Amino acid sequence: MSEITKNTEGSSAAPAAEDASAPHMPPVKPPMVQFKGILKKFGKVLAVEKTDLDIEEGSLVTLLGPSGCGKTTLLRMVAGLETPTEGDIFIKGKRINDVPIHQRNLGMIFQNYALFPHKSIYDNVAFGLKYRKIPKEEIREKVLRALEMVRLPGVEKRMPGQLSGGQQQRIALARAIVIEPDVLLMDEPLSALDENLREDMRREIDNLQQMLGVTTIFVTHDQREALSMSDKIVVMKNGKKQQEGVPEEVYNRPANHFVADFLGHSNFTSAVVQGREGNFVKVELETGNILLADAPGDWKEGEEVEVVVRAQRFEAMLQEEFSPDGQTNYFEGKIRDRSYMGGEVSYFIDMAGGKEVHVISMMRSRIYGIGNDVVVQVAPEHCHLLPLE
Amino acid sequence: MQNKSWKPWAMMAPSLSAVFLLLVIPVCFIVVYSFWLRAPTGADIPAFQFGNYAKFFEDFFYPSILIRTIRVALETVALCLVMGYIPAYFFYRSETRHKSLLLLLIMLPFWISFIIRTLSWINILGETGLINHLLLKFGILNEPLSLLYNEGAVLLGLIQYLLPFMILNVYVSLEGIDKSLLEAARSLGCTEWQAFREVTLPLSLPGVSAGCLLVFVLTAGTYLPPMILGGPGNDMIANLIFKRVIGTLDWPFGSAISVLLLALLGVIVFTYNRYLGINQVFKSLSS
Repeated sequence: MSEITKNTEGSSAAPAAEDASAPHMPPVKPPMVQFKGILKKFGKVLAVEKTDLDIEEGSLVTLLGPSGCGKTTLLRMVAGLETPTEGDIFIKGKRINDVPIHQRNLGMIFQNYALFPHKSIYDNVAFGLKYRKIPKEEIREKVLRALEMVRLPGVEKRMPGQLSGGQQQRIALARAIVIEPDVLLMDEPLSALDENLREDMRREIDNLQQMLGVTTIFVTHDQREALSMSDKIVVMKNGKKQQEGVPEEVYNRPANHFVADFLGHSNFTSAVVQGREGNFVKVELETGNILLADAPGDWKEGEEVEVVVRAQRFEAMLQEEFSPDGQTNYFEGKIRDRSYMGGEVSYFIDMAGGKEVHVISMMRSRIYGIGNDVVVQVAPEHCHLLPLE
Repeated sequence: MQNKSWKPWAMMAPSLSAVFLLLVIPVCFIVVYSFWLRAPTGADIPAFQFGNYAKFFEDFFYPSILIRTIRVALETVALCLVMGYIPAYFFYRSETRHKSLLLLLIMLPFWISFIIRTLSWINILGETGLINHLLLKFGILNEPLSLLYNEGAVLLGLIQYLLPFMILNVYVSLEGIDKSLLEAARSLGCTEWQAFREVTLPLSLPGVSAGCLLVFVLTAGTYLPPMILGGPGNDMIANLIFKRVIGTLDWPFGSAISVLLLALLGVIVFTYNRYLGINQVFKSLSS
């Protein structure tokens, strides 16, 4: 492990110096991967709109979005499997648009593992090393160490077909990291696995990535994967970057309706800004209720906005047990439906103004029944405003 | 539960009875015939003796035809492989939406009778055929080339008959290769050619192997191309059988040669299957 880490560091130092000479670059270390004005069309179809994106060395960046959002295309352009229609891609400060795939030194993980079915596990893992003119003994050493790293020592003589899906994906991981790639590219690596296995594998990838410090681009449509692993999440939709930030930021401060809707369960309602009240913005909801929202930025009086509240941020309690305090927003309603999900309960509550609110409540003490009159409250910090789209 | 055991048999019954009535029983007749005696009068006398088989090996004449058959079959296999793999690979890599149309083109020759297709080569290769006509007209030659009635012409006839079988077999096998395997190989440092050698070629071997076997067996049993396009020295084993049975009405001897050919092909197919392990390759691919 130590050697791989060392090599990754060692190899990245040189290009950084190289770039210092480029006049347009700031003197700081360039990002490991850089997209500059990347645009991709398939025929007439725009797959990726003009995109800029920096991926720092050693970080794990997730491209998150529904299918067809362009995330895989972006990844494949780094790999060299697609050519950008416009724009440049840099790796370690070097433009790689015209570098053929096999000279890019990237590790790629596929959804369907893509192990060579006719080669033994050993030959699969050794495959990339064979093309790097490394002496046989060294290859052997590296392969065995990589198999240990993915916790599958001793399988080198078996064929891929003899391993389970999770094991195959770990072999694919070993095959990708053994070549000490500059960037690890993962295209939905967990989606072919069973639910239980997926969690284990996710942690394994996470640990390995941190241990090796290898820059990783991870494509997924699963928000939980994205939130739990990433240093940075890039949310995409229809070929367009929607938001970019650390998981907490993307989750708690969604930039637009789509992001708020795609990550987690959110409640939306339209409202009109009425003015400021202390640190908060006062808005009138379409139901007529007044709500305080913690919304940094400039909101004009009379501006139409959208209020977003996460289902988990609401708190529901029986009306007779409720006593209002200070600045907390609260609304009255009646539970129309609920679903029990083990660790939590989902309530669908009809509000006085005719709006339905989705509340997810961690089960602390008890579960309310359908038809109960409840008060739903939410602190202003958890209410966000978005410009109406 | 019980009806489960007879259902598959019931469903196979029509084809099984067709195979039994139209193939197994006639083959049994042939085997029986091969032991009969042929009287000088021309009548066949029921008997059980190995004279017909002994006659085949009496001198080198008959075995040499068998050896020639195998050699021509191997040559056909090799030529079909080279000429079939390339278009199959082209279809596989083609990005066109009309792949099914391309495959239809491969099937197109089957719409014309095999005999007509074979005969038409005479118009192309003959002394007054297309090629010689052009060569003479443009003064490249003074005398027509004799392109017909040699092994080359036989091979040509065999290839135009068997090439589609090879192309289709190889194509199906190529089409089954997961394209991400190639991408994986490329990302690991292979050039396009190296990726072909490491991934595409080995994974297409089941199709290659099936295509080769099919072409070999079909060549070994065919008699039309040698009969129409070959000379007297290009007879293959099926021509020999044809001549014995139809020409001299020597059913016992013709049957004996047929049984020998059947046995030989049976042994070849069996060994081929066993040692090239077609099934094994398929197993590893399907998992």
